[in-house]
Amino acid sequence: MSTRDLFTFRNRHFTIGVGITAAILIVTAVAGFVVLPFAQPWARFTSIWDAICSAAGVPQRTTSVAAQAQDKRLSEVVLTSRTLSRPSQEAIGRGATLAQRCAICHGPTGISRADSPNLAGQYAAVIYKELHDFRSGARSNAVMSPFAVNLTDDEIADLSNYYAYLPRPPAYHPTPLLPKPNIVIYGAPLRGIAPCGACHGSLDNKTGSPWLEGQSEAYMKAQLQAFASDERRNDISQQMRNIARALTPQEIEAAAAYYASQPPDVVKAVD
Amino acid sequence: MLANRKLILAHFWFAFALFGVALTLGAWQMFIRSPIGTWLSNPELYYRSLTAHGTVMGYVFPTLVAMGFGYAISESALEQRLVGVRWAWTGFWLIVVGSVMAVIPIALGRASVLYTFYPPLIGNVFYYLGVVLVVVGSWIWVALMSINLRVWRRAHPGAPVPLAMFANVAGSYLWAWTAVGAALELLLQIIPVAAGLKNTIDAGLARIFFSWTLHAIVYFWLMPTYIAYYTIVPRAIGGRVYSDTMARISFILFLVVAMPIGMHHTFADPQVGAGFKFIHSAFTALVALPTLLTVFTICASVEIAARLRGGRGLFGWIRALPWDNPMMLALAFSFVMLGFGGAGGLINMSYQLDASIHNTQWITGHFHLIFGGAIVIIYFAIAYDLWPHLTGRELIDMRLIRTQLWLWFIGMIVTTFPWHWVGILGMPRRMAYFDFGDPAIAPQALSVILSVIGGFILLTSGILFLVILARGMRAPQADAGAYRFALAVHQPTIVPVALNTHALWVALMIVLTITNYGYPILNLATSAGTSVPAVYVGAQ
Ligand code: HEM
Ligand SMILES: [Cu+2]
Repeated sequence: MSTRDLFTFRNRHFTIGVGITAAILIVTAVAGFVVLPFAQPWARFTSIWDAICSAAGVPQRTTSVAAQAQDKRLSEVVLTSRTLSRPSQEAIGRGATLAQRCAICHGPTGISRADSPNLAGQYAAVIYKELHDFRSGARSNAVMSPFAVNLTDDEIADLSNYYAYLPRPPAYHPTPLLPKPNIVIYGAPLRGIAPCGACHGSLDNKTGSPWLEGQSEAYMKAQLQAFASDERRNDISQQMRNIARALTPQEIEAAAAYYASQPPDVVKAVD
Repeated sequence: MLANRKLILAHFWFAFALFGVALTLGAWQMFIRSPIGTWLSNPELYYRSLTAHGTVMGYVFPTLVAMGFGYAISESALEQRLVGVRWAWTGFWLIVVGSVMAVIPIALGRASVLYTFYPPLIGNVFYYLGVVLVVVGSWIWVALMSINLRVWRRAHPGAPVPLAMFANVAGSYLWAWTAVGAALELLLQIIPVAAGLKNTIDAGLARIFFSWTLHAIVYFWLMPTYIAYYTIVPRAIGGRVYSDTMARISFILFLVVAMPIGMHHTFADPQVGAGFKFIHSAFTALVALPTLLTVFTICASVEIAARLRGGRGLFGWIRALPWDNPMMLALAFSFVMLGFGGAGGLINMSYQLDASIHNTQWITGHFHLIFGGAIVIIYFAIAYDLWPHLTGRELIDMRLIRTQLWLWFIGMIVTTFPWHWVGILGMPRRMAYFDFGDPAIAPQALSVILSVIGGFILLTSGILFLVILARGMRAPQADAGAYRFALAVHQPTIVPVALNTHALWVALMIVLTITNYGYPILNLATSAGTSVPAVYVGAQ
């Protein structure tokens, strides 16, 4: 009973076992790599080798079709774990100086009185991304764009760190706290809408998504409508546009009113 | 002749305790996403529970059952004290530590990635390390099974290896090799990202590695059940195994064809070539063969028992079977569920039909019927059969045992039939809640409620199972005698080398893995630009 008696063609079991296995493998391979590819009505293979490569999943570049030209700019921001880590005191100080020109709209302490977003305590990644998008033209706004076009990469990073460093607006309730509407905590499963809270806090937070508590209701409503109409398009992979398009006007109202009524101090800090 | 009872009991108790917890989570999941539960305002809780349920039910519970049963087989079938008891305890403790290590991050919401890992979703590194420890612990068992067989062979040169041990070792080799896929995925891809050394991952390649494990792991789950079909059931009902050779061929076939077919889980994946999908699909069809052989052989063995008991007629013998014997009952229930589940499996394995049920509740219905039903009900029967030998005490209340088995069977049918149905209607799986108020799915509410009822019947049955085992620990002492396995009609005296050793079949298993997986893995591993940024669970 040694392996020498086993692995030899004199052993009937070996011959049969290996033979049947090899036969099945060869038959299925020929069928899968040659016969079936040619049986596809759309297939245009130049050779058998071509068919085999296609069936094996070799990546192929079709040169005959040109990539579609993109008429509008899309966001090109890349965030890695190192982009904004550990701001120094000087960086925050430089940001504070730069931020003086933003104060007219966003408030001297990053808290707006003009239906512009409150920036105090916003996640650095969010401010970083939006400034880059305004600068590149992926997002545009008559008032904001001219401020962003001349910023350097370092200035954008400093501003982001400065605003993230500021304390969040204190709990201040112009309206009574509203209960969570369904769209915020459940989304609408049958229309493929994830809950707002899955990215914007309340449930979970995803990188690049701002917290929304206490922001201007008019501003949030306008942004949702801009996403829905494709007027704003700097969301990566259409994450927000897909949702906004599927929202009903009532849901837009409800979500904007809810977030506006929430105190920002419930937002979790980023560690 | 069970010398290491404590070792085996430890495996079984830890397995069944975790099973109880995971079962409760399963019933809760069923309820909370049904029309009679209220929507969870935090779906993350659902995924936490689902990850715990899947990890325990898929990795820890069946592995421990296979190990405990394997040690019992090694001692009783070979009539030889277990060699390497210290190592066996080491393996056990590795699994205990691994399970705890994996469950803590899940409970904290740091690893809600589901038991299939789902990269680029990345959870806490300790979750993955825990799973790795569980696998490493089970590899110790694989080595011990192999070593014990070798020691026995040396003492019995040329003698036929007892069927139970032959099958047990085949199952352990299958597991050793199939676990390599997930191990590669964890060690080369996921853990470096979870530990922060990298922040991109090739999700497509990871899915291929996982499919390497995912299919054959189901045959590893199934091994204890098939071993019980062949070597316990005929003895328990007073019959004989119809053919020892047929049994060996079935286990050999599992070894060879369970592995090179996993890509039937990636039919919908664009990163796999259609040619490979076809080969895997064709080999998947072959894996029905050992199951058909088994069903035939076991039916014949059962008929032998019936005729020995005086059964007559073409089908009249069925009435002569010992229906009050829990093993008989469990076998019948298992076969019915295997039949329905197998029919469903034909749909999953065909490329075109699969498209209509891919990622729907059909899939969860299917694997609960086969795994939770046909396989696990025999785990119960194995425990009942072994318990008196492990505790030295008798299991007295046969009625309670029968009730438990009936409830599991009824519960599983009531749970999974509507579950399949809503899947055909298109209800997706792995969702925390469904809007049954929407006219599009309102009609499915009734089916889902039926499933919930079935789920609670299962929970009741599971609790009964634990109660029976616990009471068995305090029953009056009784000597159960030596633990024996079924004899064949023709007990083998000489067995050809090929049917008495595993080397040839293990070699074929490895060769087929290379032919069917080699190129797709190499292709993805060497192509540039196939990685995507990781998405960390709970990170901001
Ligand atoms: C009371 C009995 C059980 C109930 C009610 C139940 C329920 C569930 C539910 C609701 C899911 C999630 C399906 C989805 O969201 O797509 C699930 C997943 C799962 N169940 Fe069960 N289950 C039960 C018993 C079992 C048993 C006995 C096993 C196997 C031993 C098992 C193994 C699994 C596995 C492996 C998953 C996959 C997890 C995943 O998809 O991530 N379950 N179960
Ligand atoms: Cu499979």
